Amino acid sequence: MSDEIKVGAYICKGCGLGDRLDCGQLATIAEREGKANLVREHDFLCNAEGVAMIQNDIDNEGVNKVMIAACSRRSKNDAFNFDNVAISRGNLREGVIWTRPDTDEARETTQEMAADYVRMGCQEIKYMALPHANEEAASNNNLLIAGGGIAGMTAAIEAAAAGYPVTIVEKSGQLGGGAAFEYKRIPESAPYAELEDNGVAGMVAKIEGDSKITVHLNSTITKTSGAPGRFSADISTESGSTSTGNFGAIIMASGARNYDANQLPELGYGKTPDVVDQTGLEKLAVEANGGPIKRPSDGKVVENVVFVQCAGQRSTQEGHLPYCSGHCCLTSIKQAMYFKDQNPEVDTNIIYTDLRTPGAGGEDFYRSGQQKGITFTKGTVSEVTAGSNGPEVKFNDLILDQEVNESADLVVLATGQIPNSGVDVDAPEPEEGAPEVSVDSILNLTYRQGKDLPHLKYGFNDSHFICFPYETRRTGIYSAGPVRRPMDMAQAKEDATGAALKAIQALENAKLGRAAHPRSGDLSFPNFRKEGCTQCKRCTVECPFGAIDEDEERYPQFNEARCRRCGTCMGACPVRVISFDNYSVETVGQQLKNVDMPDEFDEKPRILVLACENDAYPALDMAAQNGNHYSPYARVIPVRCLGSVNTIWVTDALNSGYDGIVLMGCQKGENYQCHFVKGSEIAHTRMSKIDDTLESLSLEKERVATYEVAITDIERAPQLINDMAETVEKVGMSPFKF
Amino acid sequence: MTDANQQMVEQYRNNFLREVEDNVEEGGWVKMCMQCGVCSGSCPLGPHWDHPPQELFMMIRAGKRDEVLQSSSMWMCTSCYNCIVRCPRELPITHIMHGLAHYAKRLGIAPKNQPTHKFAQLFWNNLTKTGRVNELKLGLALYFMNGISEGIKTSLKMKDVGLGMMMTKRLSPMELIGGHKCKDTSGLQAILKKAEELEAARIPVAGK
Repeated sequence: MSDEIKVGAYICKGCGLGDRLDCGQLATIAEREGKANLVREHDFLCNAEGVAMIQNDIDNEGVNKVMIAACSRRSKNDAFNFDNVAISRGNLREGVIWTRPDTDEARETTQEMAADYVRMGCQEIKYMALPHANEEAASNNNLLIAGGGIAGMTAAIEAAAAGYPVTIVEKSGQLGGGAAFEYKRIPESAPYAELEDNGVAGMVAKIEGDSKITVHLNSTITKTSGAPGRFSADISTESGSTSTGNFGAIIMASGARNYDANQLPELGYGKTPDVVDQTGLEKLAVEANGGPIKRPSDGKVVENVVFVQCAGQRSTQEGHLPYCSGHCCLTSIKQAMYFKDQNPEVDTNIIYTDLRTPGAGGEDFYRSGQQKGITFTKGTVSEVTAGSNGPEVKFNDLILDQEVNESADLVVLATGQIPNSGVDVDAPEPEEGAPEVSVDSILNLTYRQGKDLPHLKYGFNDSHFICFPYETRRTGIYSAGPVRRPMDMAQAKEDATGAALKAIQALENAKLGRAAHPRSGDLSFPNFRKEGCTQCKRCTVECPFGAIDEDEERYPQFNEARCRRCGTCMGACPVRVISFDNYSVETVGQQLKNVDMPDEFDEKPRILVLACENDAYPALDMAAQNGNHYSPYARVIPVRCLGSVNTIWVTDALNSGYDGIVLMGCQKGENYQCHFVKGSEIAHTRMSKIDDTLESLSLEKERVATYEVAITDIERAPQLINDMAETVEKVGMSPFKF
Repeated sequence: MTDANQQMVEQYRNNFLREVEDNVEEGGWVKMCMQCGVCSGSCPLGPHWDHPPQELFMMIRAGKRDEVLQSSSMWMCTSCYNCIVRCPRELPITHIMHGLAHYAKRLGIAPKNQPTHKFAQLFWNNLTKTGRVNELKLGLALYFMNGISEGIKTSLKMKDVGLGMMMTKRLSPMELIGGHKCKDTSGLQAILKKAEELEAARIPVAGK
């Protein structure tokens, strides 16, 4: 194909477009203003004949850039999927005719709207190039797993079964993690009634017998560098010898440690050996090995045991864990069964405030516990003291509303899990003179943005619980198990299986130079014009995924394979030297500059809407599908993430005479919905500083509004546009219309 | 057997729960309660109970033997079955309430002046005598349940209804003497006696 650009513009007349719009006029605009080399109208563009027409132009007319003015870019992707050409879409259906009433008075403004989207589509395609695969693409099938507990072992077994070689690095001298010390496990199969063997030995045997799995015991990862497809990791043994390996992707399954029950003297821990935590009870059960469990102080056979739930957790008290560790209710039921299964006459009392038994079999297991005669008491324990005959538990029964003193032979505290997530890379610099807390890093990444995976809160790795649970903020590195959120063995296994498959997906994508989640398969990546760079470092700081390092000359060094293609760096760059082949400052900037700007006295304002393509843009599409109309003066441009919005677009828009600008991103903050985690938050910060720009132009600051919009906001999103139209009516038209 | 009331019942131990499981109709379900409170919230008479069902179940688990068995609560149950219908754990709550009342009665520790308890006894006495319910006698016994003066007052108040029923042959004054009965009264008495023996063998009765 020659380098000559040949734009083909295609205007669809289907879905009512032909009835509502003057498509002939649109074709003329595409030809005269859009400067398309070839313009065609079609009655039903997405049918086989229409698609064949476009394909024919590509094959025989030399069209290499295709502008399709039809439905939303979110529709008919299968039909409008042409190889080796750049494609832009003008949204005439959801964006125009469905957002406008079909009335005579609306006809004129609706046509103007459509004409602008044709102009914008033609401009976008002119500045778009066909993305070519990342030259950094590297192929490596090896997986590195940090941690040899249940999650790590499961990930290794699953990945090996899928044919990928695995290396496990385990800090301790044996595989199995905490589970190896458990007498039995919570049942993992129906009817979820009886305890099962902990299963660790079987997993270890499987790993030892699998030639695809290499295990490094007593070892840690002392350095990790690279990117998906070409990670390099130093694995050091306790004795000091180091070996280096190359890996395609990494799974961090470093698990959790126990909360230190010594911090709970009010619950008797440390005051009498007959108060133990759940790990302590596992030890007693392993020692008893099916026989009667004896209490540590004098070896008396336990006849009465009290379990205290939420010990030092779900509490705002200082030194306590604020969260629920998720497994402890099930674990206490399991441990009460150790006693009941051995001798049903043993009294077992579980004192809880909210009994939580997550997982498929949780409720059945709870029922089984009740069947076996475990007493469940809703209450709060205030104190455990070392009595003369054994510990005494003081609690308030919340159902009977009474203070109770119960004596027991043994008390078990259900303390929580603390994630082994390494260094908190976002932690503020410690104050001068503050005691230094040294935390061992798990991965020891050489990334500019820190040694470990960023945390969300309470030290757990940042990942989106619902939408993309295993994705961390470091591409190609996945977290699984209780390092991600508190969980039990069954959940850790499920987690590890998911993470293993995601890691495999990541290394396969890396081979082809494609993006992983969420723009899976995207070939574009940031191009960087070094000559223009001022070394301000904003891109390296703002990248939510730590993809950008610094080279020796202090220029940003893009690691394309680590990039998620959100464009936050492009939005951050004050000198605009970062762009993508098919998404750049120009592809959006030229669109907004090329709409028809009516005269100030025409009373036809123009509102620019920059909407995140993940949530806000679909919300507007769905609003249109539901017949929710909005102002005909709005011109909507989808952006990859609100974080990719460069303030130059706002300045340019104001200078071109737009009367209002609405920016729509996803929910930010702790419960973020942003696909790129930080993009929306960064954009909001950036836009909070736009007031200066407005002031320098003597414009009212109400003219620019930034919102968090969810995909479900199909009524609110159009309302926000209408609100801006009202604001414009109030503050008047922009004086910048030339 | 020693007086069951004197038995040492330890708190939050399984002793009393086991006693309930062994002796109370459907008592085996008590341990399955998950304390959601739907039964208490669904009971139309709930606000008038000293201890709604959910609380009774917890009291059983907490070993509050006397408080449970001497309570008037389970006697308040009108068998509307709302709780059974709504219980997410499918406990036969109505049956357990009657089971508890029955067990307390057998132990002789049910509240003496609880009206439902009293009426239940009147009904039983009336029915087992002839094998047929003598409505006239049962009605009068109910009126005079709390003494003569109240009985006369209630009778006078209800006289028009009574006369009306007589006129329409819904009530016969002849019932006062003897009344109708089943074919084989002595056979019925033998059946009841046998049943009592069987039950006594199964469930120990206080003081006997």
